Order: sequence, then C-alpha cells, then structure tokens
Amino acid sequence: MTIFDIFTNQLLNGIVLGSFYALVALGYTMVFGVVKLLNFAHGELYMVGGFAGFLVLSFLAPFIGAGWFGVAVSMVFAMIAIGFLGVVIERVAYAPMLSAPRLSILITALAVSLVLQNGMLALTKGQYVPFGSALGFGGINLGKLFISYNQMILVSVAALLMLALEMFVSRTQYGRAMRAVAVDKDMSRLMGINVNAVIAVTFFLGSALAAAAGTMAGAFYGSLWYFMGFLIGLKAFTAAVIGGIGSIPGAMLGGLILGLLESFATQLDLRGMGIPFKVGSEWKDVFSFSVLILILVFKPTGLLGKSEQERM
Amino acid sequence: MTSDIILKLEGIASAYGKIDAVKGIDLEVARGQIVTLLGANGAGKTTTLKTISGIVRAKTGRVLFEGQDITSMPAHIIARAGVVHVPEGRHVLRGLSVRENLELGAFTVKDATLRRDRLDQVFAQFPILKTRANSDGSLLSGGEQQMLAIGRALMHGPKIMLLDEPSMGLAPKLVLETMKIVKRLNETGTTILLVEQNARLALKLAHFGYVLESGEIRLKGEASQLRSDPSIVQAYLGT
Ligand SMILES: Nc1ncnc2c1ncn2[C@@H]1O[C@H](COP(=O)(O)OP(=O)(O)O)[C@@H](O)[C@H]1O
Ligand SMILES: [Mg+2]
Repeated sequence: MTIFDIFTNQLLNGIVLGSFYALVALGYTMVFGVVKLLNFAHGELYMVGGFAGFLVLSFLAPFIGAGWFGVAVSMVFAMIAIGFLGVVIERVAYAPMLSAPRLSILITALAVSLVLQNGMLALTKGQYVPFGSALGFGGINLGKLFISYNQMILVSVAALLMLALEMFVSRTQYGRAMRAVAVDKDMSRLMGINVNAVIAVTFFLGSALAAAAGTMAGAFYGSLWYFMGFLIGLKAFTAAVIGGIGSIPGAMLGGLILGLLESFATQLDLRGMGIPFKVGSEWKDVFSFSVLILILVFKPTGLLGKSEQERM
Repeated sequence: MTSDIILKLEGIASAYGKIDAVKGIDLEVARGQIVTLLGANGAGKTTTLKTISGIVRAKTGRVLFEGQDITSMPAHIIARAGVVHVPEGRHVLRGLSVRENLELGAFTVKDATLRRDRLDQVFAQFPILKTRANSDGSLLSGGEQQMLAIGRALMHGPKIMLLDEPSMGLAPKLVLETMKIVKRLNETGTTILLVEQNARLALKLAHFGYVLESGEIRLKGEASQLRSDPSIVQAYLGT
C-alpha cells in the first residue's frame, strides 16, 4: 500500500469514527448549552441506547430481518425510548439540583452514570452481547480504496440526523426557543416559552442521538458491552470541547476532527523517515488528547466557541 | 379611574432572601391608560414589574389581571395571557438575528399569517429593524435594541405592556424618541405600565402616577396633578 492508500483508508475510518463521536458530542453540547450542565452520564445513554436497539431488533428481526432496514427501525425505537429516559433522568436527578452548587450536580451526573453502567453490568454479567445484526459485506472499490456499504450507510444516517438537528435548531420556532433558553432563561419565560419543556426537549434530542449512535455502533461492530459508553463519553466530551462546548456545529466538527486524529494517529510512523517516532493504536488516545490540549492552549473556547456567555 | 381596571396589585410584597424589596403595595392600571411607576434607584420598581410577570414570586398579596388571580402562575403562562414585560436592559437575545428575536416575540402566536402581519407592522414602525433584520440583535446600538425590545413585545400582541426604563442609557434625543414611541403605542390601544427614572418626561405621557420609595408607595395621583405640584417635584422627582 502506498502512503496515499493508507491516507485515504484512514480518512474513511476517521470519518466513520468521527460520526459516532459527533452524534454523542451533540448531546453533551446541547445539554450544556441549555442548562450549563456537564452531563457525565451521557456516554451511558449511548451504551443503554445500543442495548435498547439490540432488544428491539431481537423482537423485530423475525419479521423485518436484521439487515440495515431492521437496524434502522430498531434505531428509531431506541431513540424514542432513550430520549424519554434522558427526560426522566433530567426530571428525577438534575432538575431538583439545578440551583444547587455546580459540584453537586456534577456528582449527581457521575452517580447517574454509575447507576446505568452497573445496572447493565448486573444485567449482562459483564459479558459481551452479540448485537445480532446481519449486515452485508458489499461495497465499492475506488482504486485501492474499499468503501463498504455499511460505512456509507452509517455515515449518511449520521449526517442526515445532524442535518435534521441543525435545521430544527436554526429554522423552527421551537429551535429558536432552544437558543433563547440557552442565552437568557428569564427573557425566554417573558416571551411565553415554557423553559422546562424546552429543557426536556433538549434532553430528549441529545439522548436520542446518543441512542442512534449506540445502535449503529452495535450493528456495525457486532457486539455490545456494559462499559462501551465510558470511553466514548469521554471522547465525545472532548470533541464537544474542541468544537466549543455549547456550539452545535462545533460538536459536529470536533467529533470529526477527533475521529480523524485517532485514525491517523494509529498509522503515524515516522521511523521510515529516520525519525524515531511512532504512535500506534495503543498510544492514539494519548496523541489525540495531546492535540486537544494544544488546541485549547491556543483557543480556550474551542474552535467554534464564542465567549463564555454566548453558547449554543 | 372608575373605568375598567386591567391590572391590580393588592398588598404585594416581594423579597430576595432576607432583603425586602417591595413591602406591600397596592396599584391599579386602567385599561387604555399609561400608568407610570416612579422612584429612585433601588426603590423596588423593577421588582414590582418582575413580580407582576412572575419572574419574582410574591411573598404576600395578589396580582389580578383582568380580574383573574395570576399571582402564582408560571411566568410563561402570564405572558401567554397577554402581560408582556419588556425588562430593564432590554435583554435582546445574543446569537439570534433581529428577525429571529422578533419572531420569538410571537412564540405564543400560532397563526402564521398573523405573525407575518405583525412582523410587517413592526418593520413599518421601526424601519431600522428591517434594514438590520439579519444582523445579530446584540450588535445593534442601544436605541435600536430598545426598538427591538419593544417591537418584540408588539409581536406578542400585548394586552398590557410593562416597560422598565426604556430610556435608560440612551442619548437625550433618543430618550425623546422613545417616549414618542411609548405615546404612540398607547394611542394605538396598548395599556402601559411605565417604569422611569426620568420622572418629568414620564409624567408628561402618563395618565396616572405612583411614586415608590424603599418598597412602599409614597404618593399617587393624576399625572397632571403630580407634575404641577412643585413640592412633590422637588422632594421625589429630582431633576
Ligand atoms: N437579584 C437581587 N438580589 C438581591 N437583591 C436585589 C436583587 N435585585 C434587586 N435587589 C434589591 O432590591 C431592592 C429593589 O431593587 P429594584 O427592584 O431593582 O429597584 P429599582 O428598579 O427601583 O431600581 C434594592 O435594594 C436592590 O438592591
Ligand atoms: Mg430597576
């Protein structure tokens, strides 16, 4: 393989990975934008979302198959279920805490995260669970680059969901209300906006996107694990921060950048050029987090973030 | 003021923790009038408006709007009933364009044609907002932001508008301009409760006035009577 082949191949992998990060990062950033809460349980919603998709698929597969159609239908159900779970978590765990000191809410979020993670550990006994999807192996060859249909579908679905979200937030009256609540809650109330309802919708959408990512990840990689939300939660948070937390396009960009960074890092090997430097897959996280720190040194508000107050 | 009372406060008291900001006031606004609430800085004017609109909860007392007790209603429900509060400092929404700010003013208006008609009316009344329709609302000048704040309130279709110091921070010429806008609003049928530091100007527009001091009503009367009484002017209204 030439350098160019490796490059295009990793570009593709990076985009796939970045799509997952972006979908999860969106929930982080939306919730932060509207209630200024770092929802550390968000990665767990991705995990629980994957399991919800798995459950729905195992019911529906005998009727509609376990191909992409079955996965897509399961994904929609998982999105709705996890969307409501997100709303319930907000009402039960966060809403009573919103006027408490910041640290208390953060600890609450960690507690929610542990409850979800350990709940799933108990249910699955720590075992990997096969997702049960039956996706094909087809694809197209572009020169030496092989793009599978699965990759194409996954990236398109992710892009479509993000486009839909962006349209909702920028074009609809309710989307405007969400942005209003993010910058000025009292003024929003004075305009007749039910701020609690907007917060609920925000949690619903963010959680639903995490569930979409979880279901697609299960289908794409083939199995689920109770711990799968932990690292992606951290990375999605990272992606949201790189992009400028609170900014929706920022989360998309940050996710993509992080996915690309990681994917290229695994191939970064300068020894052939006489420089004793190789990243490799074991060091890819160290590499990407170092880049994150660098970005934040030069742009503390993230790539698309504005000043402290102006978020989302 | 025997006519139709649209808004009535009965013994309203409000506090921030242990700080009593408003200490049991009675106030009435007759439909179609401009009533002004005057007083020095810190007298409790803003708190009174916030208590009416539900942003601050009354400790005791009742707020009646069109005869209905709205004291414990959530702020967004009070707004939907037609009580539209244009807060001190304008609160133009950052990151939203002028047009988006205006459209959100009509958040509770479900009829799209009505929204469009109102937008046209606001643009006709404040042409500068039309010119700047696509720029970020927070980039407008102070005077333009005040027009935006009032335009946004008009989009809502208020039965009563609570205006908190619309002339604050504006150049003298713009202060007069703002007062003209308030007068015109009233002439086209909007009832107004106007909070002002500039007492002389406010009393020129208003039908009735209240003077608040340390959270209590010290004086009330027909505006013409208040502004012609030299001792009152000197004692309470300053310059
Ligand atoms: N958010 C707040 N927290 C604590 N005290 C406040 C707050 N807002 C106003 N106050 C106090 O309440 C009193 C009345 O304030 P305010 O209603 O803003 O007066 P005005 O609008 O007449 O200047 C003042 O003593 C002020 O310091
Ligand atoms: Mg004030």
